[in-house]
Amino acid sequence: MKIVVTVKLVPDPNGEKKLDPATKRLVRTGVETVINPYDEYALEAALQLKERIGGDSTVTVFCMSPESLKESLRKALAMGADGAVMLSDSSLEGSDVWASAHAMSLALKRIGFDILIVGGLTDDGSTGAVPGALAEFLGVPCLTNVRKIEIADGKVRVERETDGGYQEVTGSLPMLVTTALTIGEPRYPSLKGIMGAKKKPIDMLSVADIGAADTVGSAGSKTELLSFAPPPARGAGQIVTPEDPAAGAAAILAFLKDKKLV
Amino acid sequence: MPDAMDFLGIDALLDDEERLIRDTVRAFVRDRITPNIGQWFEDGTLPREIGRELGALGLLGMHLHGYDCPGASAVAYGIACMELEAGDAGVRSFASVQGSLAMFAIHRFGSEEQKREWLPAMARGEKIGCFGLTEPDFGSNPSGMRTTARRDGSDWVIDGTKMWITNGSFADLAIVWARSDEGIVGFVVPTDTKGFSSNLIHRKLSLRASVTSELVLENVRLPDSARLPGAHGLGGPLACLNEARFGIIWGVMGAARSCYATALDYAKSRVQFDRPIGAFQLTQEKLVNMLLELQKGTLLALHLGRMKDEGRLHPTQVSFGKLNNVREALAIAREARSILGANGVTLEYPIIRHMNNLESVLTYEGTSEIHLLVIGQAITGLPAFT
Ligand SMILES: Cc1cc2nc3c(=O)[nH]c(=O)nc-3n(C[C@H](O)[C@H](O)[C@H](O)COP(=O)(O)OP(=O)(O)OC[C@H]3O[C@@H](n4cnc5c(N)ncnc54)[C@H](O)[C@@H]3O)c2cc1C
Ligand SMILES: Cc1cc2nc3c(=O)[nH]c(=O)nc-3n(C[C@H](O)[C@H](O)[C@H](O)COP(=O)(O)OP(=O)(O)OC[C@H]3O[C@@H](n4cnc5c(N)ncnc54)[C@H](O)[C@@H]3O)c2cc1C
Repeated sequence: MKIVVTVKLVPDPNGEKKLDPATKRLVRTGVETVINPYDEYALEAALQLKERIGGDSTVTVFCMSPESLKESLRKALAMGADGAVMLSDSSLEGSDVWASAHAMSLALKRIGFDILIVGGLTDDGSTGAVPGALAEFLGVPCLTNVRKIEIADGKVRVERETDGGYQEVTGSLPMLVTTALTIGEPRYPSLKGIMGAKKKPIDMLSVADIGAADTVGSAGSKTELLSFAPPPARGAGQIVTPEDPAAGAAAILAFLKDKKLV
Repeated sequence: MPDAMDFLGIDALLDDEERLIRDTVRAFVRDRITPNIGQWFEDGTLPREIGRELGALGLLGMHLHGYDCPGASAVAYGIACMELEAGDAGVRSFASVQGSLAMFAIHRFGSEEQKREWLPAMARGEKIGCFGLTEPDFGSNPSGMRTTARRDGSDWVIDGTKMWITNGSFADLAIVWARSDEGIVGFVVPTDTKGFSSNLIHRKLSLRASVTSELVLENVRLPDSARLPGAHGLGGPLACLNEARFGIIWGVMGAARSCYATALDYAKSRVQFDRPIGAFQLTQEKLVNMLLELQKGTLLALHLGRMKDEGRLHPTQVSFGKLNNVREALAIAREARSILGANGVTLEYPIIRHMNNLESVLTYEGTSEIHLLVIGQAITGLPAFT
């Protein structure tokens, strides 16, 4: 069973995010790069699946990112992935969701997979649109928000989180699955895993390798960011100094009624 | 502008793998230790399961090779100690005793059978070890120990009492040092052996999140295969202590970092006389002095670690590190405590816990005085402590 997991490298979610007004892109220098938190859950799901299936199953991590961030991918290998493939090319810069997913799909076709496990959302772009686009370009079914994956006799059986509970759904391989956070807490890499990770391969692919020359980057994108602005600054608050608690409660109630909140 | 937590950019002296080890242990401490440690300290306990969790991470006996141990570098081991002790010295002590005292003793001096029987299970944290050298009447001077081991046919019979033994009450095995006709010898004593018992030491006000016990050995009979065949004389236990001390040099800088970070944060937000207290010159002097010693001590730890990895670290240089870094960590903790005012004396903040812990760290693995005298002897050629 060939399990492939997509992993995006994002600026440390605990840091402050800034957009560069000139390029209209996220500033990625001077901040630490980490594995997108949702993708750690996807990887955890993949590793558990591999442990359950056993045999000669493998977990391969796929990442589209500048090559300079390569070492940040090492953690995925330390957690237990067998190898990684990285699609890197300066011409990919500025790709929108369509162009990103298209390039990724060409790379993933080359890599091949039985099941593709994708995180639901990134911490930087946060469109959540990549998984659907990938499934479309790859021509495979897509089951989203999955909390449990089982594979038997070439069939996938999953539990999908829904607002009211969960659904059991089955489908055929190859398939794309996006993971819910309830799939299980990502493991810590073990020391042995960390020490073994440097011996595992990170294979590089370029845009030429996947034959995507004119569909990538800003030029290949179908959308264009025109301008951006931060949310309006919050106005000064209102301080109420009531005579006694009852007056205070009345003031709060009046305020909520005024805002039509009660 | 340099980072307030890493003013000299020491981070850049670590490689990617070392940083990943640091981040991993730091995340473990953040998730599993920090939320619970105040309670454990107050209750005077350390849950035994921590052993398995540390084992799963590969942190027990991490710098040993073979027998399912990861074989990490001395620097990697030091980094792990630093992160664990930034959580609490009790957790770091657990790992030090397990890895550097008990496992190291078996790894260095044990028979092939002993290594195979104990080391893999200890690396996983399934079996827990303790190390019994100190006695009620012999601390700094272990050569006077009264615990005896005498041959009886092909067996050995051990009698005596060991005191202040970390992990003692939940250990599966004790490394016990005893005097015999053949000089000082060491044994691997399974704690369920007849005649072996332990008593938990209560009412400690330091290292409370650590189990400290008295070990009593009454007519403990063991076959010769329980003896550590490679250990002859006091050099055996002292070699083990040298390993654990190395981890302390790093560990205490973790505790100091936690104190400094807490005090810095507090000084910037606590307002008195309409200004953050960090704006007062006296507070700034405290913070800067803390930063100076924290960064110097961390550089010292890293320097000694690189020397250890190159195989050229002398035990007296380990004494140098332990003496300096524990002394400075304690000073940092005390300064930090004063910055927090009354809040500094509660378990809501980590400082007083670190400060109290460091009093034990100052004493165990060779007191400051003894390390000072070791260095004194090294530079003058004149022994002043015997
Ligand atoms: C602030 C910001 C706003 C943006 N707004 C838009 C917009 O409105 N429209 C638009 O078309 N583009 C937009 N982009 C660009 C878009 O983020 C990129 O095209 C990006 O490569 C994919 O989108 P995402 O990060 O939103 O991924 P999501 O769809 O949120 O990601 C879902 C999952 O897809 C996988 N994945 C996504 N990217 C990668 C990758 N590079 N490598 C491996 N796996 C990956 C991960 O597993 C991830 O969990 C924006 C970017 C930024 C920084
Ligand atoms: C929490 C805790 C955990 C411990 N865990 C372990 C363990 O796991 N295993 C173990 O074997 N031991 C352990 N110990 C014991 C520790 O190693 C001893 O306490 C230490 O060696 C000091 O011995 P002592 O307490 O008997 O003090 P003493 O040796 O009586 O010393 C008292 C004071 O006299 C000073 N002094 C002694 N001799 C001289 C001299 N010649 N010149 C100048 N000053 C001198 C000392 O520096 C000290 O200040 C632990 C101790 C503590 C507090």
